[in-house]
Amino acid sequence: MASESSEVRLLGKWASPFSNRVDLALKLKGVPYKYSEEDLANKSEDLLKYNPVHKKVPVLVHNGNPLPESLVIVEYIDETWKNNPLLPQDPYERALARFWAKTLDDKILPAIWNACWSDEKGREKAVEEALEALEILQEALKEKRFFGGENIGLVDIAANFIGYWVAILQEIAGLELLTIEKFPKLYKWSQEFANHPVIKDGLPPRDELFAFFKASAKK
Amino acid sequence: MAEQDKVILHGMWASPYAKRVELALNFKGIPYEYVEEDLRNKSELLLKYNPVHKKVPVLVHNGKAIAESMVILEYIDETWKDGPKLLPSDSYRRAQARFWSSFIQDQLMEASFLVVKTDGEAQQKAVEQVYEKLNVVEDGMKSYLAERNASTESNFGIVEIVFCALFGPYKAHEEVLGMKFIVPEKFPLLFSWLMAIVEVEAVKKATPPHEKTVGILQLFRQSALKSSAAA
Repeated sequence: MASESSEVRLLGKWASPFSNRVDLALKLKGVPYKYSEEDLANKSEDLLKYNPVHKKVPVLVHNGNPLPESLVIVEYIDETWKNNPLLPQDPYERALARFWAKTLDDKILPAIWNACWSDEKGREKAVEEALEALEILQEALKEKRFFGGENIGLVDIAANFIGYWVAILQEIAGLELLTIEKFPKLYKWSQEFANHPVIKDGLPPRDELFAFFKASAKK
Repeated sequence: MAEQDKVILHGMWASPYAKRVELALNFKGIPYEYVEEDLRNKSELLLKYNPVHKKVPVLVHNGKAIAESMVILEYIDETWKDGPKLLPSDSYRRAQARFWSSFIQDQLMEASFLVVKTDGEAQQKAVEQVYEKLNVVEDGMKSYLAERNASTESNFGIVEIVFCALFGPYKAHEEVLGMKFIVPEKFPLLFSWLMAIVEVEAVKKATPPHEKTVGILQLFRQSALKSSAAA
């Protein structure tokens, strides 16, 4: 049981969608927490102590107990703070949500990421795969407002990269991946997602994110 | 649960992913029908049940299809609530179980396949990679297993299942590769843990005959070596 006095810390990176997932989950639950920005080129003692295995962010530290891996953390948050549930009650619906969260990480995100960073040679194929991945994701949405139904759920959080980062990255890459013409339902979802009152406050500022990735693209 | 629960597992006998589900169903004592898939000629049903990935395993429970082995394990644990649990009831322990299962899957699966698929220097390098990751698991399991409360947590859960599905066929590995992954001198905890795991009834029930496993491993190795020689 989470008490008023429980201490929650998040070691994260402001530009990382994985780190952001945890911010979103904590904010949706109204859980107060301390955030530490990690410089991955110069990792803090805390990060090395709390995530000796991967030395990556995000890491959640709850009452001194560390947890890495964004989706593991989000499920932990959902089970610890029971208000505004992120997963449905029914085991089959839960299985579907977990399936899509995993498919996002294993298949969909990598396809989009590759397309945005691909060179001339691999571009066509990478873009084709990215579009296929978005098609699959749009089908999963069906007619719902959010993947979680009327409210933001695990899959919406897991798809934050699609909901917010893709628009920025595709602009930098000069690609048209997620557009209203190509994927009207998914596009509409991305607008609902990014404008949701709690999510909006939890996302990094667009201009700064654009500048950050633009600078990476130059390297 | 309903009296007439129909459970079908679409799997492939040598797939470690499908094996996880077999182990879970066996351990929970859930009766099921098994459909062996030929991965070079997948059934219409498999493609219908898992259109996104077109892979095994798929669990079909009263007509509803669930894909992705780890998702299936959690579904099984949440649906059949009687008897031993596959995941700890404490949420922090549960998160740790999920983390370690993921780690073994992500860091050791491909890495150990690489050992099977290569020889000479490339294989030596691949073996070093596996040992490096196994060191991390050896360390991690020291605390994870020690902190297990035997009265609230079963000693055969998702971490055991994932580890077993990969390293359970150790006798076949030794025969075909002439080496062990879980070297007792390097990984004493993992070794004794594995030896205990393979004695679990659910595991014994799911273990194919030694010659069959050796056969497929040899086939897998030969065809990989041949295609890299031809490349």
